[in-house]
Amino acid sequence: MVDRRRFWTAVGAAALFFLLALAVTPLIGSSDAAFSRAWAGQSPDREILFQVRLPRVLLAGLAGGALALAGVVFQALLRDALATPYTLGVQSGAALGAVIAICFGWRAIGAFPAVWFSGLVGAAITIMVVVGIASEGRRMSSFTLLLTGVTINAICMAGILFLHYTAGFTESFTIVRWLMGGIESMPYHTLAILTTGVAAGVGIAVVKSNQLNLLSVGEDWAATRGVHLSSLMLICYLLGSFLTASITALTGPIGFIGLIVPHALRMVVGADHRLLVPTSFCVGGGFLMLCDTVARTALAPSEIPVGVMTAMLGGPFFIWLLRSGRRSLWA
Amino acid sequence: MTPVYALDGVRVRLGSAEILRGISLRFHEGELAAVVGPNGAGKSTLMSVLSGMREDYKGECRFRGVEISQWRKGDLGRRLSFIPQNVRIEFPFTAEQVVYMGRTPHCNGLFETPEDREAVRRAMETTDTLPFARLDFRVLSGGERQRVVLAGALAQEPSVLLLDEPTTFLDLKHQISTYVLLEKLAREGICVVAVTHDLNLAASYSDRMVVLSQGGVAADDVPGEVLTSRLLSDVFAVDAEILSGPNGRPWVSYEQPAGQLPSQGRQPW
Repeated sequence: MVDRRRFWTAVGAAALFFLLALAVTPLIGSSDAAFSRAWAGQSPDREILFQVRLPRVLLAGLAGGALALAGVVFQALLRDALATPYTLGVQSGAALGAVIAICFGWRAIGAFPAVWFSGLVGAAITIMVVVGIASEGRRMSSFTLLLTGVTINAICMAGILFLHYTAGFTESFTIVRWLMGGIESMPYHTLAILTTGVAAGVGIAVVKSNQLNLLSVGEDWAATRGVHLSSLMLICYLLGSFLTASITALTGPIGFIGLIVPHALRMVVGADHRLLVPTSFCVGGGFLMLCDTVARTALAPSEIPVGVMTAMLGGPFFIWLLRSGRRSLWA
Repeated sequence: MTPVYALDGVRVRLGSAEILRGISLRFHEGELAAVVGPNGAGKSTLMSVLSGMREDYKGECRFRGVEISQWRKGDLGRRLSFIPQNVRIEFPFTAEQVVYMGRTPHCNGLFETPEDREAVRRAMETTDTLPFARLDFRVLSGGERQRVVLAGALAQEPSVLLLDEPTTFLDLKHQISTYVLLEKLAREGICVVAVTHDLNLAASYSDRMVVLSQGGVAADDVPGEVLTSRLLSDVFAVDAEILSGPNGRPWVSYEQPAGQLPSQGRQPW
């Protein structure tokens, strides 16, 4: 049961965490930059805060939120607690695209870096192939979806290994670094496009959250409770895939968030997707902003790949949550 | 009176096997119909056609005069409720949340209304599930889960209730109270169709028994007419004597086939 008070308490707390992370993390960094001086327009504080750190923090927030949300959606779609944004092959499609761009030395396509563009194309091809194979006639089955996704995953990974094997020394280093995932500063117009897309995704997931509850119980269960099953499954697959694809193309794969954030929140707010969808987005975003801050400051001036930090910081916390034996604060 | 369901020559193929071979049936309002038959007779497939989940059938299945595959899912969700055989949930939903899911077809916004809350409370009271409303569905026993799922179907406030083996995991008291409830719902005008393997419960409470055998209808009448020693040996391959139960309904007394008794004194291990 979700009434307005409970909804706004949970979502409000999660949003507060997101906003606090967004406000505080840009102020932390290897060089000393003060907000007062930046606001007054003094160099280099202004450039450091607004051109370097803020865009990077924003990207981390969007990426963490989108990956956590994609994890929630895929877990509901596949009714699999171990599903991640990467289970259905989108990420490896994007990775293959990016690796091709790196190997062939493409620099830019249009206004965008070639790696992003090629990653998006790779993800889009994967999405089309998976949907084409998994929808038998008009019916979509989560079992075929899972098998197709896992197979496409394996094929793309083999392609990446092959290209990596044949690549020269410099390309090989770039590929390995890309595959570790990392957050970089982006131009604001790219962030604006990404924000629009991710916000639309969150909106769709919130609107469909009642139906996600039904789908996460079972296909028959959903089909006899007013859900048009095949269209809901297609929406879920496309939603999760587009979120994953757009983030992966920009940051490379960042593991752990899509698996653990939804589970941690299920322990706190319960399994109801009306609470789970918005809180996962906020907590996932806030968590990645924190991780990225540690990643860029802990060994400054060198950086730790952010995917390393998510598991290193999040893993022990999650185990503590499991051990504390708390089923739910809300049930 | 126009029937709720009118099936004419319904056929379903799964791969190379023909599961339903031309079923023609009527189901009416205010009727408790029990569907019985041996394993693989097509009972669950019939339920999947009636519930609107299966659209690749041949023949006609009209629900309130309109072919069931033509109904919009949302409209169907407010009119009929289906209880699947074995509901397993991966995620930590509470019993109460599972019952609330029955309200989804009635829900316009994101949040439940006072009517939704009242419907859920009533459904949980009726099914004796309020004591574990706040517990994780996954920690409940098989029978408790079955009652929670039934509560969810009641909260849906359907005019048609389809149940696939609703009493499999229930203790005696709740088997009986479930059938008493189904009978009461039928008296209130709901069309209730229940698949079951318990011939005696079905005979005691149902208005009608439909016997499926190898994808066809072997018998369809009041329990007193349907249950005969001959039908039990033909369809179910068991020897049984039909006695008269305390309420005048037939009572099936099974006899173990003489040739298949475990031999005395000789231990096969």
